[in-house]
Amino acid sequence: MRRVMLGAVALAAGIWGCGGKSSGSDAGNTGGSTGAVPQSGGGGAGGPTGNATVSGVIHFTGTAPTNPKIDMSQESACAGKYTSPPTDPQYVVKDGKLGNVFVYVDSGVPNGAKYSAAAADTIDQNGCLYHPRIFGAVVGEDIVIKNSDNVLHNIKAVPKVNRGFNISQPSAGMTSKRTFASPEVMVPLECNVHGWMHAYVGVLPHPFFATSGEDGSFSIKNLPAGTYTIKAWHEKLGTQQTTVTVGAGETKTADFTFSGPKA
Amino acid sequence: MAAALLSFATTGKLSAQDGKTIYNKWCSGCHGETGAGDGVGAKTMLPHPRDFTKAVYKIRTTASGEIPTDDDLRRIVEVGMPGTAMPEWKSRLSAAEIGAVVQYLKTFSPNSFKGAAAKAIAIGKAPGGDGVADGKAVFQKLECYKCHGLAGRADGKSAPTLKDDYGNPIRPADLTENWKFRGGNSVSDIYTRLRTGLDGTPMPSFQDAVENKLITDEQLWRVAQYVHSLSPEKTPESREVVRAALAQKLPATPDDAAWATVERFWIPVVGQIIAKPRWFAPAVDGLWVQALHDGRSLALRVSWDDPSKSPDPIWDEWLGRMSKTLTDVDGPLATQQGPDRLVVQWAQNPSDESKRPYFLGGDTKSPVYAWRWSSEPKVEEGSEAGLGHFTALPNGSVTQSARYADGQWQVVFTRPLASSDTTKVPRFGEGRAIPIAFYAADGSSGEDEVRGAVSTWYAVYLDVPTPTRVFVAPIAMIALSAGLGMLLVTRAQKNGRANGATDSSPMEER
Ligand code: HEC
Ligand code: HEC
Repeated sequence: MRRVMLGAVALAAGIWGCGGKSSGSDAGNTGGSTGAVPQSGGGGAGGPTGNATVSGVIHFTGTAPTNPKIDMSQESACAGKYTSPPTDPQYVVKDGKLGNVFVYVDSGVPNGAKYSAAAADTIDQNGCLYHPRIFGAVVGEDIVIKNSDNVLHNIKAVPKVNRGFNISQPSAGMTSKRTFASPEVMVPLECNVHGWMHAYVGVLPHPFFATSGEDGSFSIKNLPAGTYTIKAWHEKLGTQQTTVTVGAGETKTADFTFSGPKA
Repeated sequence: MAAALLSFATTGKLSAQDGKTIYNKWCSGCHGETGAGDGVGAKTMLPHPRDFTKAVYKIRTTASGEIPTDDDLRRIVEVGMPGTAMPEWKSRLSAAEIGAVVQYLKTFSPNSFKGAAAKAIAIGKAPGGDGVADGKAVFQKLECYKCHGLAGRADGKSAPTLKDDYGNPIRPADLTENWKFRGGNSVSDIYTRLRTGLDGTPMPSFQDAVENKLITDEQLWRVAQYVHSLSPEKTPESREVVRAALAQKLPATPDDAAWATVERFWIPVVGQIIAKPRWFAPAVDGLWVQALHDGRSLALRVSWDDPSKSPDPIWDEWLGRMSKTLTDVDGPLATQQGPDRLVVQWAQNPSDESKRPYFLGGDTKSPVYAWRWSSEPKVEEGSEAGLGHFTALPNGSVTQSARYADGQWQVVFTRPLASSDTTKVPRFGEGRAIPIAFYAADGSSGEDEVRGAVSTWYAVYLDVPTPTRVFVAPIAMIALSAGLGMLLVTRAQKNGRANGATDSSPMEER
């Protein structure tokens, strides 16, 4: 019953340095992260699961805009965690692949199926950036918000469907838990002390979602056999969708291609 | 709608229809007929009127993210929200009417209010003893200054970037002017806001800091006590006459310690909404004025809170947001920040009590004598015939000395009492009340020579070294006429500019 979101945290750490002396996007990684819960016999998680998989790669064509530099000079505790000037990782592009795309099952999961929340996901504030930046959560699932920076962060959720919140963590080591009651893709999270900090959480009634890794790959596991509408969301490039039918035990591919914004 | 109607059954004598009727009559002009915060003129106000369809409320006794209680809504409707366009209603509506309109507000967001009623958090009692020093330390530990500034004057490093849920620019509260706190300024009001945050704004809840044992509940109370102590004990009332006491020696700089003992006078200023372009979102809302003279010269120190020393590139983002949000007001804002401005206006002929110039910088028939200061810093002396219509006089003799620190300007103006130009420049005679008015603008908020904040006429009275009896009489007289002036500004702002200048300017109606 363990969620594999740890992968997402590690992934984010790889991409953005997670406060270490890493300067950016060269840390390798494969496989992306997934929200799917490995089920052992469909017990506690409630709704039906299976052993089908939808996986794929997010391709990127065109030129990715340069990620904006972040001036962290007002916050030496964060600035000191970087060896080269930090940038806001809006576009994670490498070798024609696009990371940080939230891929999820939009329809096809049986109506009324209830998936109870699994183990909590953690979003960390480290180096005055969120890790992960893009992630998913099941409705009602605890999201653990953690501060690894010894500075004040406030965490403001600005949803359209759910109730928002605005809480503060004035010190390193603090954790808070929050949940969202309704499905909503995506709920923006922001810090107002550091106006550049943005994260997005996709809240779904089921655990069939994943975030593409730096190599553009993603994998949604433990699906029951069925026909699904799969959507892929990128914070700047919008949403695409496709339909996939998978049988029990099958793995089907659903690739997407995003193009850079027209100059 | 049926559900909505039912809920009115519980409000006593008043029906659903009453709540709606009251709303449409008194509230929809600002909040919009559908409650979406889009009434006539809503776009000119900052903050904009609340959009009730989202059910996100600032002033609650419930945890961050929760709906308010009925009592929360009732209270805010009763007392209004200081520092915003939201008026108080208890002097106009009965308790039952307010109850009915509150029930009606909830129907704009039926989903948010359909569940169980929200629970108010438990608020204890403020700890006794003097905790202000502790409070200050915790204020710093919690890094409130990141937004509110070290001295609490809304000039924190993050201030220029702040926006509300709608992307509209929002200033952190000026903690030294607590009479404008939206939710009241008692220690327990402040403490409650620290627990709950102000939803829809960057102001977060600090509840988690207590739950994580970073600070104790008592320490949070201490912060509230400290914040409370940053403002004057009593909300300042404007007095019509600024007294210039006699001094041996005039302090020449704004930070001269001598100013600390000089009585200060609060002069409120309001958005200039008579001449076009009008301005409903003034950055400056009052000035502290102090005056001294030594028989030869007059020194005037004006201090006012302004979170930016304009122009300053870190405020570009703020100006961008201001111009996006306040588009509907008589044309676009400047795309570039101008300087901060202060205009000190004087009657050209103070002895003629019956003819005070029009308070918006005079007009062509009856110009004012003005000191036009800007944050370069420099001051020009001249005459003004209406806001922004300034003509410099040769041989000006006024000097300025300016200081900007911790979100506040302090400017000292000094001028000899006598003047060589006796037609356009008033002599500052002792024992006389000389009419004075102010105009202030913040360049980083898109304010300029017309978009800004104005005061009505006040007077500066120069002490004479004679018995007090002589002093009292003219003060009383001036107070009377200036008090009338205050009323008239309000009326003039309502009616728009009175036509003629000399014979029907608002300052002269009696
Ligand atoms: C002149 C314009 C105006 C009128 C008239 C007006 N309001 Fe408001 N109201 C505002 C503004 C502006 C705000 C937002 C203030 C803020 O966000 O700080 C507001 C906010 C509110 C809020 C939100 C309080 C909170 O905690 O967030 C309530 C409730 C409210 N108004 C109720 C009413 C009711 C009821 C009436 C009629 C009886 C009314 N208002 C009439 C301008 C107005
Ligand atoms: C991320 C920025 C931010 C931080 C950090 C912050 N504030 Fe605020 N605060 C604001 C803003 C913005 C407002 C104004 C909200 C409005 O006008 O509706 C505000 C309003 C207030 C108010 C006025 C409440 C009212 O009723 O109008 C008080 C008091 C206050 N803050 C105190 C504090 C204290 C004490 C701290 C630290 C413990 C703090 N703030 C931290 C942004 C912040």
